[in-house]
Amino acid sequence: MRNDLLTYLDELKASGLSPEREARMLAELATVEKGHHLFPRADAERGPFSGFSKSLYAWHDMMVLQAEAALQSPYTMLIKSLDELLERDRKREEDGFPRKIQVGRLVKPGRGGKGKVVVVPTTVEEKFIHDPTIRPPGEGGASGGTGEGEEGEVIGEQKVREEGEQPGTGPGQGEGENHEMESSAYELGKTLTEKFQLPNLKEKGKKRSLTRYTYDLTDKNRGFGQILDKKATLRKIVESNIALGNLTDVTDIDATRFLIAPRDKVYRVLSREKDYESQAMVFFLRDYSGSMAGKVTDLVVSQHVLIYSWLLYQYAGQVESRFVLHDTEAKEVPDFYTYYNSRVAGGTQVSVAYQLVNEIVSRENLAKDYNIYVFHGTDGDLKGSGLLKDKPELIRMDVMAEDADEPRLIEGIKKLIS
Amino acid sequence: MELINQHTKSIMEGCKERARAAGLSFTDESLEYIVTNRDMLELSPKVMIPTLYDYWVHDVDVLRGKGQYELYPHNPYETVINTRPPISFYNDNNPDWLNVMIFYHVLAHIDFFQNNLYFRHTWDYDFTGQALSDKRVIAKLRAEKGRWVDYVIEFARGIDNVVDFHGELAELFTPPGAGYSDRLNYYFDVFLQSVKKVSINEYVKEVTRYNESLKNLGELGEKSFFAEAARRYPELEAHFGRQEEKHPVRQRDLLRYLLDNSEFLERDENKWMKSILEIVRKTSIFFQPQIRTKIMNEGWASYWHEQLFLQDDRIKGHEVDFARVHAGVTAMPRVGMNPYALGMRLFSQIEEQADKGRLSFEFQRLADSDARKRFDSGAATGREFIFRVRENLSDYLFLKNYLDQDFVDRHKLFVAGKRLDQQRMVWQYFVKSRKAEEYRAMILGSLYHPPTITIDQTKGVDGSLYLVHSFEGKQLVQEFIANTMMGIEYLWGGPVHLETSEARIVSGQPSSQGREGVQEGEISWQRVVYTMNQKALSKKSL
Repeated sequence: MRNDLLTYLDELKASGLSPEREARMLAELATVEKGHHLFPRADAERGPFSGFSKSLYAWHDMMVLQAEAALQSPYTMLIKSLDELLERDRKREEDGFPRKIQVGRLVKPGRGGKGKVVVVPTTVEEKFIHDPTIRPPGEGGASGGTGEGEEGEVIGEQKVREEGEQPGTGPGQGEGENHEMESSAYELGKTLTEKFQLPNLKEKGKKRSLTRYTYDLTDKNRGFGQILDKKATLRKIVESNIALGNLTDVTDIDATRFLIAPRDKVYRVLSREKDYESQAMVFFLRDYSGSMAGKVTDLVVSQHVLIYSWLLYQYAGQVESRFVLHDTEAKEVPDFYTYYNSRVAGGTQVSVAYQLVNEIVSRENLAKDYNIYVFHGTDGDLKGSGLLKDKPELIRMDVMAEDADEPRLIEGIKKLIS
Repeated sequence: MELINQHTKSIMEGCKERARAAGLSFTDESLEYIVTNRDMLELSPKVMIPTLYDYWVHDVDVLRGKGQYELYPHNPYETVINTRPPISFYNDNNPDWLNVMIFYHVLAHIDFFQNNLYFRHTWDYDFTGQALSDKRVIAKLRAEKGRWVDYVIEFARGIDNVVDFHGELAELFTPPGAGYSDRLNYYFDVFLQSVKKVSINEYVKEVTRYNESLKNLGELGEKSFFAEAARRYPELEAHFGRQEEKHPVRQRDLLRYLLDNSEFLERDENKWMKSILEIVRKTSIFFQPQIRTKIMNEGWASYWHEQLFLQDDRIKGHEVDFARVHAGVTAMPRVGMNPYALGMRLFSQIEEQADKGRLSFEFQRLADSDARKRFDSGAATGREFIFRVRENLSDYLFLKNYLDQDFVDRHKLFVAGKRLDQQRMVWQYFVKSRKAEEYRAMILGSLYHPPTITIDQTKGVDGSLYLVHSFEGKQLVQEFIANTMMGIEYLWGGPVHLETSEARIVSGQPSSQGREGVQEGEISWQRVVYTMNQKALSKKSL
């Protein structure tokens, strides 16, 4: 290409060219090999068909002319205001309106960034708008197109699997640290329980004494301490003053004449409390067969992140979790990270996963020491195993559409664990 | 945010001169700001209007999945905003030649804002100034009423797409004194037809009598006509008086209707809410034309930045750079629609057609394709014609009138479809149709279109409000109905009904369930009424 251009430049020179223009053209030529990086299109890496579902109105001057991609507020900024927002939301309820803040996206920075789960508060402004997803039959999605091709001709294909694996939200193959995931999951669970009012676990199952202590302001101390217990102090003062004869007539109390001894002040002090805690063993089962591609897996994994986080918090970290992936065969994977990031492929058979769970439970004699939870995400078909028909009382099931969002997930979890 | 430097400003002024010479028209002053990423973050929730009122939802990451552009019709990243003077925003590292191109683009947008008649209602005031005063009003109210201000904003915004933008515009174009008096309208449109239920014969007689008395008595004609009518129907005046007491009803403008008719808002302790409703309504109406002219506006701007850039002597030597960026902006994607590309090509085609005199009956009646190809009347009125198009049309009419088979063939356009190949787990993209009608239908179907919701006063009994959604083949997003209606109930102060249509999907085979987020299967439509009473929603079929 460069050579063609040079020949062309020679031709131009031959037909007369000012030195100034020649210099300019040479300067331009120098950039030929640099490629077209100047204006990276935001959608460039999402394949040639990303335009299909892009709205006409998604185009804007800032991006098109000035290469200014749409900005996302950094989530750290949004989290800071979470408390404030939830406080506002609580007030809404007091005022008699439904809550409006929802757990938003689970942000998981992709390649490069460390795997991290973050709650972003979101909301939606409801209006009367048309629902584009419900159409008469035969009127599937359509968009515009340009170029060659007969009517009916297939102009391109795109693997279903690639969808939903963009960095940012979905499970994908990313770098990250296992540990990071755990610690942020705990925070997430805390937020879910405290702020979004997932119920607390009912105390049940085995209790084991742990050599673990929590500290609380429960003990009382006279004279000094961390927090003044006003009510107890007042009682003491009154007692002392009755004894001193400062308080003769109960109907006419003159508090200004009270004498206050230092010993009358009652404080609460930090003290060590022995704690008893339950332990839980959670099995996460994920169907990673081929049919789970795209949004379905996204959903399942998001739901499991939420459940995992919630349990982690509920059991104050005393949760052991095991992760099982299955298609037609089941295998146990060592950590949530692998679980979260494994790609889908293959066929489906549900029963193998449960067999594996039973095997693990009996092999390690888990039923004795743990509350066992099994969560299973699949699109599939339980028909073969007859599980749904024969043992409906053993299963709690929540079915949701592929396009369900996080609030729906949380509703589902509430239902499952209630 | 700071202004561009003097050097860059002088480039802008040079662009203005050249754009004016080419026929664009716009006000003299304009403000250009350099924006940083941080500025963008702050500006974008406020639609780039720095002075827009504060609202907590602006600080939250708003879920924008479903129906994004129906919910937020205004572009969060507008480069130029329609104010007096117009304000535009730039990166600080654009090279001069690129700025020249962007300036032309911006100037064409400004020309469009200031000349397209759909923007007529924005011409007489400066929106940033207005917004600033609104912002202060809201801040002051918030200091007094606390979070209730935000509830009212929320509820008002919930229905800010049910405003009668076209009605608002129509009023601006009706010259004073045109039309007929309210009394006359009432007499012929309501009284004779609905109250008296006279026969057609009698009705026509009355019309004739009116015309006669107007002809014979001139200005006094109407008076004498009504003297006679009052003799015949002594109750007429009383009826008319009663009608007058009610505010004239803007049936398609729910916000206006609430402002005029809500007894709840009329109470002394609630009157402050009205100013919020006014602000929300005004803001919504201000932004309405933007989205209704997206393709035209971007097309017009792209058309002109191309024309003017290439003629500009100041940027010699950057033709290649320009071509590269310009192609990026206006390339037709293999799949998808680019409003810049589409609008620009359509304007060019219209200009060419008009130059050859093809936008005429003479040409349209030609059936012979060879004759059509050669047709050229030498009219050479293309430029003038596209200026008229930019003045008078919106996207809908622009596409409907001019996107024809010639255009589709010329640019090899097609309707693209997408289907799932279950066996191989791939999406297949295919050419669905190359017919202009279908392409037009597809693109018109994707244009912004809020539901038409009218107020039926006859059905709103016992202090309730009865809304009717005119069904246009799409149902409303169901999960939004409850909260929206709760807001209306609050502002109305009584029960609210909404009559609408809903799909009953009789799924045939489960295999027809496309994994496209689009449910397929037989659909039957059912008319239903939602009722919101005491914050409880109920639904019954009609």
